Amino acid sequence: MSKTTEMSTKYMPEIGDDQIHLLEKLCNATAVSGDEHEVRKIVLEEVKPIADDIRVDALGNVLARKLGKGEDRVRVMIAAHMDEIGFMIVKNHEGGLFEFVCVGGIDERQLPGKSVLVGRDHLPGVIGAKPIHMTTKKERGEKIPLSSMRIDLGPEAGDKVKEGDRATFATRFEVLGYSIRAKALDNRFGVATLIELLKHAPENIDLLAAFTVQEEVGLRGARVAAYAFDPDMAIAVDSTPAYDLPHWDDEDENVRYNTKLDGGPALYVMDSATIADRRLVKWLVETGEESSIPYQFRQPGGGGTDAGVIHKTRSGIPSISVSVPSRYAHTAAGIARRADWENTLRLLHAALGRVTPELLAGERRD
Amino acid sequence: MKSLIQKLVETPGPSGFEYEIRDAIREEIGDAADEMRVDALGSLIARKGTKADGGMRVMISAHMDEIGLMATHIDDNGFIRFTRIGGIYPLTCLGGRVLFMNGTRGVIGSDGLERGKVPQLSDLFIDVGAASKQDCPVKVGDVCGFERPFIDLGKRMVAKSLDDRVACAIAIEVMRQLKSTPHEVHFVFSTQEEVGLRGATTAAFSVAPEVGFAIDVTRSGDTPRPAAKMATALGDGPAIKVRDSSFIADHRLVNWMVKTAEKAGIPYQLEVLEAGGTDGHAIQLARSGASAGCVSIACRYIHSPSEMVDIDDVENAVKLLVQLLSKPIVLD
Repeated sequence: MSKTTEMSTKYMPEIGDDQIHLLEKLCNATAVSGDEHEVRKIVLEEVKPIADDIRVDALGNVLARKLGKGEDRVRVMIAAHMDEIGFMIVKNHEGGLFEFVCVGGIDERQLPGKSVLVGRDHLPGVIGAKPIHMTTKKERGEKIPLSSMRIDLGPEAGDKVKEGDRATFATRFEVLGYSIRAKALDNRFGVATLIELLKHAPENIDLLAAFTVQEEVGLRGARVAAYAFDPDMAIAVDSTPAYDLPHWDDEDENVRYNTKLDGGPALYVMDSATIADRRLVKWLVETGEESSIPYQFRQPGGGGTDAGVIHKTRSGIPSISVSVPSRYAHTAAGIARRADWENTLRLLHAALGRVTPELLAGERRD
Repeated sequence: MKSLIQKLVETPGPSGFEYEIRDAIREEIGDAADEMRVDALGSLIARKGTKADGGMRVMISAHMDEIGLMATHIDDNGFIRFTRIGGIYPLTCLGGRVLFMNGTRGVIGSDGLERGKVPQLSDLFIDVGAASKQDCPVKVGDVCGFERPFIDLGKRMVAKSLDDRVACAIAIEVMRQLKSTPHEVHFVFSTQEEVGLRGATTAAFSVAPEVGFAIDVTRSGDTPRPAAKMATALGDGPAIKVRDSSFIADHRLVNWMVKTAEKAGIPYQLEVLEAGGTDGHAIQLARSGASAGCVSIACRYIHSPSEMVDIDDVENAVKLLVQLLSKPIVLD
């Protein structure tokens, strides 16, 4: 009989096989802005057993609550968008060739030659590119306009695909040593992180989880989710670009890297949509320092997250964003580090455990 | 009023970092307000008066934030790269001096520029005299504003951030001079206007006004070959805004403002601004909507470190707002 009958079973957030498997399912799913069905289904499966209540709103946001215990609990909203950038079929040109447009911000130059999956049935196709034999030198120096690209699904696809169907890059999730390669790391990282945070929500807060829709086309789901929840504070969990590759052609430092891989979770002080509440910046920094969790500051400037609309909702909601850095955002394949994801989860979990009403008691100041 | 304006323009406070200017304004208001509160985005909201017969819930909005810069990277030699907070134009930065919220002072320098090429913000950097990254007292995320002292030219005043500290001064003076009002007036000293009217948006939601006036600066057309043909000129009186690019003022309110000015013998001019947005937009679209207008101060060299306004326009703006708030507002 063991003397230590009361073993400490304190939860230590980690990215183990279960978490990797969940991220794989999420990344491989198709959920382009406006039709987040496939990811929503996974989220509902994961979250229904553990949430105190859960509902899907008019736009398709999944709103789940895990209530804490005790008086004066702070109501913390965490938003993670379920949608990804992708394509939408606009015209059937017969013979299995389909004209399409982009949904969300995509650089058209990286499309020709990419494999795609179309519709809820994931029909495989290709964005055809002209073979080099048939191009002129002049042509090769010019951008191919989107209007002349086609998704080729082969003639059998015929009736199975219609206008309005969405498509994504066909990249499959892969673990590459201590890195991860996948499409839609923006924002399946956020979705997976929020699921984990919900599963282990601390008792000092009410955790209001918003798995939002249509972030990539204008932060639309978050706007109504924040209005519905009306929380005391909010965190947007997302993924942000790392332009941290070395400069080959000159001696200069890379001064515009946005974030760096291996730097840990990226804390936003300012992007183009939100100036973070300094009390929340301080809170996350103190958590990182106290718990020895690495973190970095995302370079202030462009971009936006769900926090952009959340903080302006109703009479205002103190908000901040935290992202997992990844290279090659909004392209067919992103690269990220497992450790950066794990540290993001650890930081947020530890931070939530330190939330008290005192955090927001004073005025917003430095 | 000049010393009040000087105090306010010389207090640092770019969008998102308004805590010092809020303290300064709160101190100046003193007991001229019935009650004051600070909301979630840091806006200072001071209420004066309660709704009586013929009265309305009125919002006045003057933004406390100024444009500024935020450090994005400190290089190995201690030079600071930065991004803009609000409408910052590279040409007005060259050679400028800045003051960080932590007290550090610096100058804006630039990389070598091609002759005739207008620089981008990424070609500029701030030099605080540091020898290296470790030596530099500024870190990524630190914030600064232009540093330029106020100068009194008699009828005209020159300073940075007359946009919109002159309006804050006007609002404070109105609170001091307003002896009686049938309205419940909420004077909002809003935050983050320069980055998208954010403070006014949330303040307007909580105040839920029926009528509102923004107070802001507007461009003038009275310099040699101005960029935009505008009739507005320094010294022609406070400008009653007909529209800007963010909202069209309620024409009933515009008429009422004109009537009020004429009745009280206060000079005024009408303003049509083809660019630029103001808190009036946020007031107009709050909840189920409000009747919105704006009292503007004609201003030269907006968003440069040396803006210029006319003191008579400022004092007449105070008079006009006191008149508007002292009696019922008639919209027909």
